[in-house]
Amino acid sequence: MSRGSPDLCDLSASELGARLAAGEITCAELAESSLRRIEAVEPRLGAFLTRTPELARERAVELDAYLAAGGPRTSASGIPTALKDVLTTRGVRTTCGSRILADYVPPYDATAWARLSGAGAVLVGKTNCDEFAMGSSNEHSAFGPVRNPWDLERVPGGSSGGSAAAVAAGEAVWALGTDTGGSVRQPAALCGIVGLKPTYGRVSRYGLIAFASSLDTVGCFTRSVRDAALLLRAIAGHDARDATSLDAPVEHPGRDLEAGVAGMRIGLVAGALEEGVEPGVREAVRTALDRLAALGAELEEVALPHAEHALSAYYLIAPSEASSNLARYDGVRYGVRAAGEHTDVAEMMARTRGRGFGPEVKRRVILGTYALSAGYYEAYYGQAQRVRTLIIRDYEAAFERVDVLVSPTSPTTAFRLGERLDDPLAMYLSDIFTIPANLAGVPAVSVPCGFADGLPVGLQITGPPLAEARILRAASALEADLGLDLRPPLLASL
Amino acid sequence: MVGGPWEPVIGLECHVELNTRTKMFCSCPNRFGAEPNTDTCPVCLGHPGSLPVPNREAIARIILIGLALGSTIAARSIFHRKHYFYPDMPKNFQISQYDLPICVGGALEIDLPDGSAKRVGITRVHMEEDTGKTTHASASGRIHDAAHALVDYNRAGVPLVECVSEPDLRSPEEAGAYLRELRALLGALGVSDVRMEEGSLRCDANVSVRPVGSDELGTKIEIKNLNSVRSLERALAYEIDRQTRALEAGEVLVQETRHWDEDAGRTTVMRSKEEAFDYRYFPEPDIPPIEPDPAWIEELRARLPELPRARRDRYVREHGLRPEVARVLVADPGASDLFERTVALGAPPERAANWITQDLAALRKAGEGRVGPEHLAELIAMLDRGEITGASAKVALEEAFATGDPVPVIVERRGLAALADADALAEAVRAAIDAHPDAVERFRAGNEGVLGFLVGQVMRATGGTADPRRVADLLRERLG
Ligand SMILES: [Zn+2]
Repeated sequence: MSRGSPDLCDLSASELGARLAAGEITCAELAESSLRRIEAVEPRLGAFLTRTPELARERAVELDAYLAAGGPRTSASGIPTALKDVLTTRGVRTTCGSRILADYVPPYDATAWARLSGAGAVLVGKTNCDEFAMGSSNEHSAFGPVRNPWDLERVPGGSSGGSAAAVAAGEAVWALGTDTGGSVRQPAALCGIVGLKPTYGRVSRYGLIAFASSLDTVGCFTRSVRDAALLLRAIAGHDARDATSLDAPVEHPGRDLEAGVAGMRIGLVAGALEEGVEPGVREAVRTALDRLAALGAELEEVALPHAEHALSAYYLIAPSEASSNLARYDGVRYGVRAAGEHTDVAEMMARTRGRGFGPEVKRRVILGTYALSAGYYEAYYGQAQRVRTLIIRDYEAAFERVDVLVSPTSPTTAFRLGERLDDPLAMYLSDIFTIPANLAGVPAVSVPCGFADGLPVGLQITGPPLAEARILRAASALEADLGLDLRPPLLASL
Repeated sequence: MVGGPWEPVIGLECHVELNTRTKMFCSCPNRFGAEPNTDTCPVCLGHPGSLPVPNREAIARIILIGLALGSTIAARSIFHRKHYFYPDMPKNFQISQYDLPICVGGALEIDLPDGSAKRVGITRVHMEEDTGKTTHASASGRIHDAAHALVDYNRAGVPLVECVSEPDLRSPEEAGAYLRELRALLGALGVSDVRMEEGSLRCDANVSVRPVGSDELGTKIEIKNLNSVRSLERALAYEIDRQTRALEAGEVLVQETRHWDEDAGRTTVMRSKEEAFDYRYFPEPDIPPIEPDPAWIEELRARLPELPRARRDRYVREHGLRPEVARVLVADPGASDLFERTVALGAPPERAANWITQDLAALRKAGEGRVGPEHLAELIAMLDRGEITGASAKVALEEAFATGDPVPVIVERRGLAALADADALAEAVRAAIDAHPDAVERFRAGNEGVLGFLVGQVMRATGGTADPRRVADLLRERLG
């Protein structure tokens, strides 16, 4: 039941790479295909905050000349790429979805983008997101929501909603997002694409505008598991500019994609298919697990006893770090300064922050400021860090028994715009399955595993530190077996 | 109310800017006096997405300081963020250290005026980053009526070491001696320019007063804006006096931070304890713990130079210098180094020390010179051999300082060789007697003092090349 005929921008990066190598297509044609798609769907989606068509065309022409002259092709060469607007791009406005950075043009490129760009990727634009990556629906963007290509009345998930929607709708072949508590995996699940959150430190955070430094990771949005491996490989590795980046060798995360899951021990997180999970999501995940078992995987249930406290710990650690990281937005050096006369610098800063930040950011800054206050630190931040240690041990124990852990990525499919906007706690619950991996720093991928009422469902596969190749191997086996048609209905109308 | 006598209890918190090539968390140059906001980058301007990476050389230097003070070098220490909003702090938090500093404990031994030594405990030495500098622009130069402020971020992110002493000091003079000793130590280690006037060494003092014999500490007052040893001593004297009077008048002191006004010679309240900031310290998530390799620490220990105290003792013991001269020499690493090398060339130590701490020190105050150990050794040797006079030696030193030319070349070029020709000298003496009959008269009438005047006339006539003692003898002979 294929919907519409695919354009170049609908193909995977690996297939496009093969066609470029064979000389069947040019980078310029590829860029035009992506730019046409953006023109066509963007009025309905709102996935981009800044589009860069001129830059994209220039770069594509340059690349064609380079490749024609015998320059080496990489798997990123010519690939139309979107970047979440929390990754810095030299000379291209970077807003974090916030009024306070509405006019901010960074003087430098984020390392992940510098590597990708150096490998020949073509930037088509910067994508919408929840303000400073705080949110699970993309409704907390100061510049308006993003709509889900599967149902325009529904959210794409968040916070990297723009990147997820752009890739699902073919506006970009792949995209980078950031994942602090699920912000890559959850929108990937809700938009029916692959979302990979690597091990903490695997990809440099230099140029990732910080939300919660100890949890933030740069992640990959792709329409195939193989592309996720290629994209991760292009951006991973040690960076002298990030003291927390891992100085470990980068093995090709796609080296085992064909290896299958026969004999792989897969642990279903205990309780992950119970209360709070929509029946349709449960069913799709169960079916996927049956398929994995049929492919030879050994399934068992594995408990993460402290994971029930993960959400509480996360909502102390992340806002605490955010309250510190966001202190720099004061209107003194860059960004939007509140207009008018101020009696002193404190008033200027207070007005700038009062007008520049949206309600969700303020909520978290206040929460974090409180949690770090003298007399409360131990009870809140200190206690949350102890919970975090226990969760890390839970994972260590689990990975002694099984090779990977699985659960739904999100307890629900895409919800309606506005549905949870007035209920922060319900919104926070969207990330119940994704948050523990951020607290533990382990890699996890969301891979489409079926549909519920016509909306995509994602399966989350989690592995031990640096086991990206292993989780992608399991994801790839499932992807191949299910053979889902993941072209959203929006594209049929083109 | 408890009466006197009272004793002050003083502890110092010193901030030292390290003279590393680059800043603490980025690769911007670390230097003083560049055009505003030219030594900056996304990291030290706190741009969104930038990350701090610790400067290994700065860590090496704070470890050197810790080793010199006998501190324990922590096997694991961590950076914390210290939060407060201020425009010259780009991130609105300072990366500093809190409960796990790099260096813990230690002591600095200081010499007291009575010749005895005192061991001042060191609480901790920790690593942090400096802030930028704010200039308030207004007609009066005062903050409250300034229309705008200008911020220079060149200093933002410069490596800063904070050294906190125990409250072991008991007088302004002891505090001054501590600060001088710390300055000498840091200078000898070569880790900082230690220029208080440029702010590369800064000092805050904590002082309280209590009845002599009491074990309890009084209410602690912190004094800021102490820009020299002299202002430290003056501010402490003022503050001890103020607190003592208040206590004697039965007043209750409150914990507060006070500002030293150098011109007015008094302290004023900056903020009370109630207004104290809640810094919301929490571990810096962007920087992994600092866990120095023990082998590296040993390497650094081997790099430790002779420390000022040991060097002073050696100068007195081996070279027979007076302790005051040894102190002046050692306080200045450049002078101390020149002294060692001059003595190594065979110059008598005391003579070398005197030339360095007096005539040469005066020249060096005005700027950089080109005098090396050869110049000094030669100068002293020529003096000793009677080849030049003291007056000529000073002229030769000045010229050597300016040109770097060898002393014999200067003596030759400027005709500074001592007047050895007896006839010429006799002629100069005769001429002086003939030209000043009044003086001759007075001398003969018993006024000995006039002889100096006549010697001066002969010296001037011979361009300083005559030996003044011989001139005096000749004059006495003639007029006797
Ligand atoms: Zn810098």
